[in-house]
Amino acid sequence: MRHLLSIADLTREDILAVLDTAGSMHEVQEREVKKLPTLRGRTIINFFFEDSTRTRSSFEIAGKWMSADAINLTGKGTSVSKGESLRDTVMTIDAMGVDMMIIRHPASGAPRQIADWVRCSVVNAGDGTHEHPSQALLDAYTLRRSLGDLEGSHIAIVGDLAHSRVLRSNLLCLRALGADVTLVAPPTLMPSGVGAWAQADGFRTTYDLDAVLPAVDAVMMLRVQRERMSGGYFPTAKEYAVTYGLTSRRLGLLRDHAVICHPGPMNRGLEISAEAADAARSLVLDQVSAGVAVRMSILYHLLAGEGNAQ
Amino acid sequence: MSAAQSQPPGGREVLTPDDIGRGLRRIAHEILEANKGADALVLLGIPTRGVPLARRLAAAIEDVEGTAVPTGSLDITMYRDDLRHQPTRAVEPVQLPAGGIDDRVVVLVDDVLYSGRTIRAALDALADLGRPRAVRLAVLVDRGHRDLPIRADHVGKNLPTSRSERVMVRLADADGVEGVWIA
Repeated sequence: MRHLLSIADLTREDILAVLDTAGSMHEVQEREVKKLPTLRGRTIINFFFEDSTRTRSSFEIAGKWMSADAINLTGKGTSVSKGESLRDTVMTIDAMGVDMMIIRHPASGAPRQIADWVRCSVVNAGDGTHEHPSQALLDAYTLRRSLGDLEGSHIAIVGDLAHSRVLRSNLLCLRALGADVTLVAPPTLMPSGVGAWAQADGFRTTYDLDAVLPAVDAVMMLRVQRERMSGGYFPTAKEYAVTYGLTSRRLGLLRDHAVICHPGPMNRGLEISAEAADAARSLVLDQVSAGVAVRMSILYHLLAGEGNAQ
Repeated sequence: MSAAQSQPPGGREVLTPDDIGRGLRRIAHEILEANKGADALVLLGIPTRGVPLARRLAAAIEDVEGTAVPTGSLDITMYRDDLRHQPTRAVEPVQLPAGGIDDRVVVLVDDVLYSGRTIRAALDALADLGRPRAVRLAVLVDRGHRDLPIRADHVGKNLPTSRSERVMVRLADADGVEGVWIA
């Protein structure tokens, strides 16, 4: 495996290998000396053309804990502001001899295009509305730690699905692990064409959140992505919160063992109430902690073995 | 990790299950003698086969001395010096016993001592995990050909081998069959 561009490129065995290694990486967080020598001498560039708290810092921490040299670049400080093209930008960095570029970009497909231009490894840290593979892997890891084997478990993914790259990656990952998935969104935020995909692949879609909640083992709330919206997708934020938000009332519909996920950042009071976000059954902070372990595992699988050394 | 086999590997058998049992009991006595008892002892097995060996050693020590010895496993994959020359390896977890390794006498347990690079990696791993009072090494088989200045404190059997030979250790709990073969 040289690049991580899409969950669709991974087999079920690949996914499980990454998750199993992540389990071993997790204990590093508990140590006093948070260092493994494994990627010493490797250079990793975090190239983020969009804002990020969790993904960028956890990739940077993951790289540093593996003893790699992890460097952050954002679009703002670079010559992109002078009009330099994406291709020239990444080929310039690649020519310096880096081992890996971790890319977040507002254009869907940008990481795959970059992978064709450069010689180093490329990791997709979120491209447009397309995919966010490391998020899906850490979500699957967190859910497995909580629910055990996901084969046959029922997971609902709720919210702004049309603009969500996390949705596509999570759907592919959870289906590869054998979970039953139901997508819930208002009609205006349900991705077009998803019905045909649902029928072919065997997952479900619905507009009715209340009907689904009592049947699930986990509910994954997705953020309303205002920055990607140009038109009126719902009348008011309040109406969205009442019909599709994980309110206190809806918490009561969940079964005792059911858990709550949110990739973050959360719009408290919109897609998720403060009570749900901070509930004992909320895995939000576990997801963040898992994020470092899973990203260490990704870096290990892409950079540590033979055939990856340049 | 290989699936349990009930067939012995090929080659010449050099240690029978009884030999292994006697060797482990002798090593248990040696450890207790050198340490003047079981005080502050921790056994850490190096996956894969070091782990069941460590468990058996702990049981033998408890048999003799009457004290339970904390036991764990120390995966050293992340500290290997040859990662870039091999396909990516699966990683086992590091499981330290409650009470950790600080100010303890840590006895590393492995099945075969060969180049010594695994033990070098284990020493580096221990340095990141705490500060033992002392580190000792117990191995079932020492087959010679050290690349590094490393030696075992306790050896089940010294087996002079040529580099072209393979030493195969099988343990009943992991492999379904028991013994040591050379091919």
